[in-house]
Amino acid sequence: LKGNAVRYSQGSALGSVNPDLASERQTASFCVERLTALLDGGAEQTRIRRAVVEAIESDPVFSRENQYFQTQNERYEAAVRKAVHLQKKMHEMGWTENGPEYKALSGDVAFLLHRVFMRSISVLGSDKQVAKWIPLATQHKLIGSYAQTELGHGTYLQGLETTAVFDTATQEFILNTPKISAMKWWPGDMGRSATHTVVFAQLYIHGKCYGIHPFILQIRSLQDHSLCPGITAGDIGPKMNFEHTDNGYLLLKSVRIPRENMLSKFCEVRPDGTYVRQGSQQINYFTMTTVRISLISDEVLTPFMKACTIAIRYSVVRRQSKLKPGEQEAKILDYQTQQEKLLPQLAAAYAFHFTNNYLQELFNRGYAEIHRKNFDMLPELHALSSGFKAVITQHCTAGVEICLRACGGHGYSLLSGLPSLYTKILASCIYEGENTILLLQTARFLIKCFMAASAGQPVPPSVTYLAAMKHGKCPAKNKLDFLSPDIYIEAYQHAAVRLTSNTAAKLQDLIQSGVKKHDAWNQCTVQLVQAAKAHCHYIAVKNFAETVEKLETKAGIQKIMKHLCDLFALHGIFSNTGAFLHDGYTSAAQMDMVTASYLDLLAVIRKDAVPLVDAFDFTDKCLNSALGSYDGQVYQRLYEWAQKSPTNQMSPAYERYLKPLLHNTLSKL
Amino acid sequence: MSVNADLRKERAAATFQPELLTHILDGGPERTRRRKEIEALVLNDPDFQHEDLNFLSRSQRYEQAIRKSSLMVMKLREYGIADPEEIYWFKSFVHRGRPEPLDLHLGMFLPTLLTQATPEQQDRFFMPAWNLEIIGTYAQTEMGHGTHLRGLETTATYDPSTQEFILNSPTVTSIKWWPGGLGKTSNHAIVLAQLYTQGQCKGLHAFIVPIRQLGTHEPLPGITVGDIGPKFGYDEMDNGYLKMDNFRIPRENMLMKYAQVEPDGTYVKPVSDKLTYGTMVFIRSLIVGDSARSLSRACTIAIRYSAVRHQSELKPGEPEPQILDYQTQQYKLFPLLATAYAFHFVGAYIKDTYHRISGDISTGDLSELPELHALTAGLKAFTSWTANAGIEECRMACGGHGYSRCSGIPDIYVTFTPSCTYEGENTVMMLQTARFLMKSYTQVTSGQQVTGMVSYLNDLSRQRIQPQHVAARTVTVRINDPTSLVEAYKSRAARLVESAAKNLQAELNHRRSKEDAWNRTSVDLVRASEAHCHYVIVKLFTAKLAEVSDAAVHAVLTNLCLLYALFGISRNAGDFLQAGILTSAQITQVNQHVKELLAVIRPNAVALVDSFDFHDVHLGSVLGRYDGNVYENMFEWAKKSPLNKTQVHESFHKHLKPMQAKL
Repeated sequence: LKGNAVRYSQGSALGSVNPDLASERQTASFCVERLTALLDGGAEQTRIRRAVVEAIESDPVFSRENQYFQTQNERYEAAVRKAVHLQKKMHEMGWTENGPEYKALSGDVAFLLHRVFMRSISVLGSDKQVAKWIPLATQHKLIGSYAQTELGHGTYLQGLETTAVFDTATQEFILNTPKISAMKWWPGDMGRSATHTVVFAQLYIHGKCYGIHPFILQIRSLQDHSLCPGITAGDIGPKMNFEHTDNGYLLLKSVRIPRENMLSKFCEVRPDGTYVRQGSQQINYFTMTTVRISLISDEVLTPFMKACTIAIRYSVVRRQSKLKPGEQEAKILDYQTQQEKLLPQLAAAYAFHFTNNYLQELFNRGYAEIHRKNFDMLPELHALSSGFKAVITQHCTAGVEICLRACGGHGYSLLSGLPSLYTKILASCIYEGENTILLLQTARFLIKCFMAASAGQPVPPSVTYLAAMKHGKCPAKNKLDFLSPDIYIEAYQHAAVRLTSNTAAKLQDLIQSGVKKHDAWNQCTVQLVQAAKAHCHYIAVKNFAETVEKLETKAGIQKIMKHLCDLFALHGIFSNTGAFLHDGYTSAAQMDMVTASYLDLLAVIRKDAVPLVDAFDFTDKCLNSALGSYDGQVYQRLYEWAQKSPTNQMSPAYERYLKPLLHNTLSKL
Repeated sequence: MSVNADLRKERAAATFQPELLTHILDGGPERTRRRKEIEALVLNDPDFQHEDLNFLSRSQRYEQAIRKSSLMVMKLREYGIADPEEIYWFKSFVHRGRPEPLDLHLGMFLPTLLTQATPEQQDRFFMPAWNLEIIGTYAQTEMGHGTHLRGLETTATYDPSTQEFILNSPTVTSIKWWPGGLGKTSNHAIVLAQLYTQGQCKGLHAFIVPIRQLGTHEPLPGITVGDIGPKFGYDEMDNGYLKMDNFRIPRENMLMKYAQVEPDGTYVKPVSDKLTYGTMVFIRSLIVGDSARSLSRACTIAIRYSAVRHQSELKPGEPEPQILDYQTQQYKLFPLLATAYAFHFVGAYIKDTYHRISGDISTGDLSELPELHALTAGLKAFTSWTANAGIEECRMACGGHGYSRCSGIPDIYVTFTPSCTYEGENTVMMLQTARFLMKSYTQVTSGQQVTGMVSYLNDLSRQRIQPQHVAARTVTVRINDPTSLVEAYKSRAARLVESAAKNLQAELNHRRSKEDAWNRTSVDLVRASEAHCHYVIVKLFTAKLAEVSDAAVHAVLTNLCLLYALFGISRNAGDFLQAGILTSAQITQVNQHVKELLAVIRPNAVALVDSFDFHDVHLGSVLGRYDGNVYENMFEWAKKSPLNKTQVHESFHKHLKPMQAKL
């Protein structure tokens, strides 16, 4: 089994494993294969995932070799080619949607918005609309996109300016982009690929505005792909990443679509122009919740774990300077400062993996309840998914950048893989809801629950702690006490309650002193954001500790996870001491104990650092990094890959500019 | 097109004259005038116009850069611009703040010849290099070693029989890697290598090595040279690799102003190596200035855009407000604006101090150099880390559009971020400063006085007479008074330096080796250095206020200075609480005052970024345009995207259509 796993990870080995990396694997305190199975949700899941990954990586069409040398046009074309090939492959292999294939492709594939297009029709469309459009989309007779964001408006949906005016005479909607800021901007696959899109517009009937509604709109010909009349569309130009995606713009000039094209599961416009609302709108929130939770695993945790893998493997291969005179230069991971950069990231990767499991489980329960027409869990789900989307994307984005910079100069080479991971993950802080706005939504829920709890009313399970504000002090007596989950969970809880209750009090004070409610809210938003973060951090720590409790004690798994949980918790305190010292809950002397325990843990986890990233089980092809491959032949690979760079073909710049410069004939230029 | 109404309103509401502040940043109205003169010279020159670089491939960007660099060198001479700062401006306008392939030739190769070559060597190399027949780079970093110079592996072995050095790259890790301009542009390099003569290693020395044939530009036999491939930014620069196999150069090609190898192989040691400190201090002072400028550019873009962008509602029923009116947005951007100003003043201070001391170097007084060297290491790290994070924060404050390359911020970020690593990796730099702090602390505890920025450590020994240590000292901090806040930062630095020193001593008492003890304390040591640098910055910013005569400018700068200091306390509240410098109640007041300052600064925000005085062409941002006509210009920009060259992309015919036919 072990041999298989190694072969799987290594993929295209150059030769033997670098002894500096091999020695790290000799001393693992736990069974790597078992930890991988735990992360996958069972050994059978691991087997299936590996089979899919192998099928994809052995197919040359999916190769990501030379990707770092490609232009935007080439990246786009490759993504389209892969997307088309993937359909064929899935058909052949009998794979279902949403399997591990997306992860195996590292997301470098076109038509991702096609899925969103289909999902929104399924959720927002009437049975008749679903029956008409979903088969066409499934067979790729059309390619869909999802056009919500405009130049002038993003997260604030009510502000969108595109209009859809109902014309009773012809039974059509007339779609328009009334001004430049109303132009649809950013939708993926829309710049070049999509033939159809779900477009969001303000609905007007007989001069009255009914708010934002979704419409199915054809934008390109199904014959020759040319733009339909009244449509202006194109690519929005280069971005920090997502070069393979044709994020687009869309300008509508009196485009007419039939009445049946308004997605009408919840609202309908009758032929005479009567507007009818049906069913609950709350389900809309549920869609956003779904998207926010689903992006955490693929778009955030996967790249974060890849970055940790690359940086940690490289840090045991790279030797620099000496720790003891006369000895060999030390592995840079043996420096405390390097451990302090990387190991907390590793702990966070595991912590958030378990947070994600927690959210998934909560989501599944919520989903079941909604099917029973019970919407009680929605507010809590919405608050947790918003808050954690913000906290996890922000933490992991910063974490990937730390990994990049921890690799010294070589981290800046695209061949390290880290710049692309970074520029891609950082978009997640903005899309599907800008993080600050999401945290404020969580805060709104917290304040509401705090008020309810203070008044003795029942509140959802994740916030019951808000009612139990204790005024005690942290009971820790020595540094070992801080390795007790009860102690640190309590500290996190205390900080979260304090921040929420102080902000609630401040809000009330302001309102009582005559400040208008919305002004008071704006004046407290900085504090509200802090309270929401503290709440999420508390839940993440608590959930990690509770997960560790339940783990198998065999094969060293529980022990190493306990260390990571401690590190995650203490790092959070160490890097935000003010929140814990404030109001004297933790004393200055106790804070020194936290620091001591925290630094001790770094040295403990250091020993298992490489096995802990090996357990993420990325193949070399998937990492696509000259620094992070399984065999640790870093320098050899860097040199070989660099020689493939197109810049190493003779550049026309020499003949045109350098030669005259060197020969002092500049004046002829 | 006219200026956006929101921006017009903002500018009309400013309480001070932005030009006066610009003069302060430039170092006087005359400097501002001259800067703008040079700016106009470059920006009005048709030779320096080109297509938007965002739409060009890497090869095309390199080609554009080389073209402009060639013209730049010629025109600098034509215009007779020779002052280093004026050259810097000129170059910065030509390349819009980006790196260019001749950077290393102009910034390292020529200066190294001047400082380390003998007169005879200068005769041979300087004029050809000046006339660009020789284009050189500076090849120090190797694949396996960067900041830790002693670990470099390239060898130069002296052969007395032929009076030559034989240069070798003995391992893969010894391949020179990263030097700018090495990949494609240069025909010479100053190579740093371990010198071997008479069977002994004499450490690192510099050699002038020809790498490409003059005339054909082909690599010389024994030389393998090329480009290291795509990077995070730096598309204009051909960072290169260099591998040497028994490559011979004459004895006279070793730079021998200081150390020498005589014809028979006898090695003559250099007199002093302190002088090399000077160059490092100078380069680090440039990075501090660069931190300030890069952060200023990002702030300009984010703040102007935040004044133009309207979103959501603050008051029910009212029009959507400018996003700059949201407290959370102000809390993201205004502390960064204050930081940008703080770093400007720090950069100017280091530059002035360097010029003053280098005056002393020629007269022989080097006593201040070690402290300046130690201080600039930490300040380089502190400012580049902070600016790096700040640029990203500015980008995120622009929402989705910040992510588009049209915002200009991605480019500022990728151009700036390597400075956290080059010229000394930041953590290593922090530890250099820490070494100086520990040395000073030891001096103080052994009864000696220390001077300069660390003189606060002297108080520690005075404290020792009483039983309480520095942490327990009660300072009455007045949170409205910058001078009082300087004292608070001073106490924090003293406490963290002392704490690190004690932890270091405790490790040593466990009978660990010096290196091991140092490593086990390094997290504490970095924190001590950071606290020291933070104190220095607050102190310099506060000191600058006294020099400002215009009352309106003084008022606005005082608010920025207060915001900088208070925000830092708020963010590092734990340090101040733990040391007993401030109480929880005071921290709550600090937090509250920070929020009040945001509202106070709000009316001047746009004027404060206007004062940085970046020309639109130099700023390179659609979101940050002076006229604020953002949306129209985003559309115009996007139409030029390479994916929009044809109406139907070729991949439709190649892939999409066949698929649709098959399914």
